[in-house]
Amino acid sequence: MAILEVSGVNKRFGGLKALDDVNLQVAEGAVHAIIGPNGAGKSTLLNCFVGKLEPDEGSVIFNGTSLLGGIHPYQINQLGVVRVFQTPEIFADMTLLENVMIPAFAKRDGSFKLNMWRSVANRPEVNDEAEEMLVEVGLADQRHTISATLSRGDKRRLELAMCLMQHPKLLLLDEPTAGMSRADTNNTIDLLKRIGERGITKIIIEHDMHVVFSLAHKISVLAQGHVIAEGTPDEIKGNPKVQEAYLGGAQ
Amino acid sequence: MTSTKRNDWLLMLGFTLAALAAPLLAQPFGANYPDLLQKFAIYGIFAIGFNILFGLTGYLSFGHAAFLGVGSYAAVWMFKLFTMEIIPAIIFGVIVAALFALVMGWLSLRRSGIYFSILTLAFAQMSYALAYSVLVPITNGETALQLRLTDPRYIDRMFFPAAPGLPSTQLFGVKMSGYPGFYLCAVLLIIAFYISLRIFRSPFGTMLRGVKTNQTRMNYTGLNPRPYTLAAFVISGMYAGLAGALLAITDPLAGAERMQWTASGEVVLMTILGGVGTLVGPVIGAGLIKYFENIFSAINEQTLHSFFSFLPDSIQNAVVAVLNLFVGDGWELTLGILFMFIVVFLPGGIMEGIEKLVGLFRRLTGSKSGRSAGQTQAAE
Amino acid sequence: MDAIILQILNGLDKGGAYALIALGLTLVFGTLGVVNFAHGALFMLGAFCAVTMNKILTLQQVVLDPIKKTPWGTPLEINTSYAETYLGDFGRLLIDYSVPASILLAIPVMALIGLAMERGLIRFFYHRSHADQILVTFGLAIVLQEIVRNLFGANSIPQAAPAIVAGSFNVGAFLGLDPYGIVYPWWRLVYLAFSLAVIALVFSFLQFTTYGMVVRAGMADRETVGFLGINIERRFAVVFGIAAVVAGLAGVMYTPILPPDFHMGMDFLVLSFVVVVVGGMGSLPGAIAAGFLLGILESFASMNEITSILPGINQIIIYLVAVIILLVRPRGLMGRKGVMES
Repeated sequence: MAILEVSGVNKRFGGLKALDDVNLQVAEGAVHAIIGPNGAGKSTLLNCFVGKLEPDEGSVIFNGTSLLGGIHPYQINQLGVVRVFQTPEIFADMTLLENVMIPAFAKRDGSFKLNMWRSVANRPEVNDEAEEMLVEVGLADQRHTISATLSRGDKRRLELAMCLMQHPKLLLLDEPTAGMSRADTNNTIDLLKRIGERGITKIIIEHDMHVVFSLAHKISVLAQGHVIAEGTPDEIKGNPKVQEAYLGGAQ
Repeated sequence: MTSTKRNDWLLMLGFTLAALAAPLLAQPFGANYPDLLQKFAIYGIFAIGFNILFGLTGYLSFGHAAFLGVGSYAAVWMFKLFTMEIIPAIIFGVIVAALFALVMGWLSLRRSGIYFSILTLAFAQMSYALAYSVLVPITNGETALQLRLTDPRYIDRMFFPAAPGLPSTQLFGVKMSGYPGFYLCAVLLIIAFYISLRIFRSPFGTMLRGVKTNQTRMNYTGLNPRPYTLAAFVISGMYAGLAGALLAITDPLAGAERMQWTASGEVVLMTILGGVGTLVGPVIGAGLIKYFENIFSAINEQTLHSFFSFLPDSIQNAVVAVLNLFVGDGWELTLGILFMFIVVFLPGGIMEGIEKLVGLFRRLTGSKSGRSAGQTQAAE
Repeated sequence: MDAIILQILNGLDKGGAYALIALGLTLVFGTLGVVNFAHGALFMLGAFCAVTMNKILTLQQVVLDPIKKTPWGTPLEINTSYAETYLGDFGRLLIDYSVPASILLAIPVMALIGLAMERGLIRFFYHRSHADQILVTFGLAIVLQEIVRNLFGANSIPQAAPAIVAGSFNVGAFLGLDPYGIVYPWWRLVYLAFSLAVIALVFSFLQFTTYGMVVRAGMADRETVGFLGINIERRFAVVFGIAAVVAGLAGVMYTPILPPDFHMGMDFLVLSFVVVVVGGMGSLPGAIAAGFLLGILESFASMNEITSILPGINQIIIYLVAVIILLVRPRGLMGRKGVMES
């Protein structure tokens, strides 16, 4: 069952055709990677999934609901599509615990609730879950630290924790290991593998092939806005079209 | 977390005691005048509300004085039309201010950052200009809205005939001027403080801080920042309306100069001075600025001379000459310099200064109970 | 027809002041990225340069008249200015022309003030938030305003235009229309010409000098300029100085039109931001266009025909326009697309 169906998506920016008849089907529970050389349109495609960009044509259907048509990012999130950013987006001025509790409240209370009365500390149902999550990602001992002081790798872990607090149905990872050291990258891969055991569907946009081949069940290769190949990691490794796109005259 | 329930109760207790004992505490500073004490409390309320929008949510509004004015006008109209009892006036002032804030907020919050600030600036100046021109029937323009013998006061008339002379505002028969007036303001200040404490500690408050820190993340975490910012705006507007109503209660006069953007600038000063984003900071800032405005500005050369009389004449004259620039009429200069100092060196205001001093003290006395700089607690 | 031309002139003249102030503000925001709430104070300081110049020139000494005596036999004391005593007729001329002469004083003084402000305060705020910039410059504006109040007192100090232009110009006759139908004060026309001259000067500098080109590049894309190895921050002081001088000159020449007082800076500040926003916050042509446009709009709004339908409209029209622009087209008339559209 495809949890995300992308059909016939086209997007032009002036004279440039950024997305050219993109078709994609992401199976539920799968880890689906989207790779491709620079400028292939990966980020543009992702932006169409999260309500930031509106394609000229085509449809993006998540679990039966269209993600197009001016729907706000927060509404898409409430549907269960959660995004991890290239540069970890966290609440820098707040403690780790607070960072993790906000998504939990968002999931519980919806996009807006005027709950001014009961104290945050007085919410065991959220507090406990938040603490557990921090333990799971290995950040529990820093729960009262301000998140701005974390290392890049730890910020990524925090961000993943925040996303998981929302029990996402679909996790969109935008170059999750960008700019990371080898050690941090491996840690992230391990963490993502552990999450994988929950059966969350993941779409990963990546450049680092090691990450892709460690995690992905299925890979779509994007070049010049078009899906030029699709298949399992083994199939993609040997695909001459893919090799040409990366090494050949593609730009 | 240091902000435990116990700490909060201690804070409430301490604050309540300080507020109620203010006349005694103000005595050594020469500030024990009921009018001045009333202003401390009233502007404290104003600043607490403003802090919710600026300190918690991160939106700098230069138009909040408009709500102060609106609250005042509404309250005076209540006095004129219906009754001198203050409770209807307070309620009416708050509600009118809330409606006004709803409209202004809904429009202004369509933008953020400096564009938001300029929008609020424009609205404030518009309100001010309108109050002096088109809306003169309501505001009485330059002569300001005042009580008259000819006011209908319908509800009062139902209970007792008109007495000679102008009546005064009252709460069930107690005149609301002087110390009783102050205690009214103090009680409302304590309540206002308590409400802001709850907001700070609540999930709503956490969301507001989230908006301030990273609005993008809020969006992508499934939260719609718009209703949160609007709620914060309206709440702070209501606080301002309450302050305006209290101003009218303690001195039944409503003038449009309260709505100028420079008057809004004053509450910005108060909040920053005291400590933006902290609980107690704004109240401290409000008190300090009102103190400066009234006491500092009354210090003149004579006072300085008598203060420094222990110095030999030539030095005394030099010292007085220099200091004289900064007191009396020069109090705004001192305020401006102090404000700049705070923004440049101590952006967390006086509260940050106190925290640093306490930290320094702890380090010097080798205390182990102070946590490292990396730790924190929710805005204290 | 007469009334319309009169209002256009009125508007252009006020618009000139708005345009000059907005020019400096936009220059600072576009190049340095700083929101300067003390810009109105610079306008005020310029005006007080004129006041100071006047005070210096009219510094008086008591001279004993050689012939005349008072009723009780002592020589009559005459107050004469030093300028007259030592420079005679030229001295009198100088006093008469004190306002334009103040330009000579204002340029170096304002440049110095601008440089001092930038080096001493503003440059520490390049990387701080706009809110912090607003706050510290707001504080500075208060301090400057209070210093001026301390030195010059709280009352406005009217300055006279040179006698030769003290009268009015018969625009009606000039244009071949009804003579005496449109009579306009000479000095205001001078001001209009002056503001256009200053604007032209600034634009020439930006357009035709290498220095100006670098500044324009920095306004368009600061990051890239840095990548090209150009240290743009070093030029910031000069840009700020230019902005200060422009604001100051606007203030100097405006003194015969509006007697300067210590809080005129704050009064003009809101207007200047509104103008900048309408024009588009990074756009210099936008600031100029918006300044003149809003000046004319304000003038027309104060026409009796209009105020009888919409009372009070003249006072709020500028703010109303700003609100509409901010809500409908936040990049202003000429701002770059994408700036602040979310």
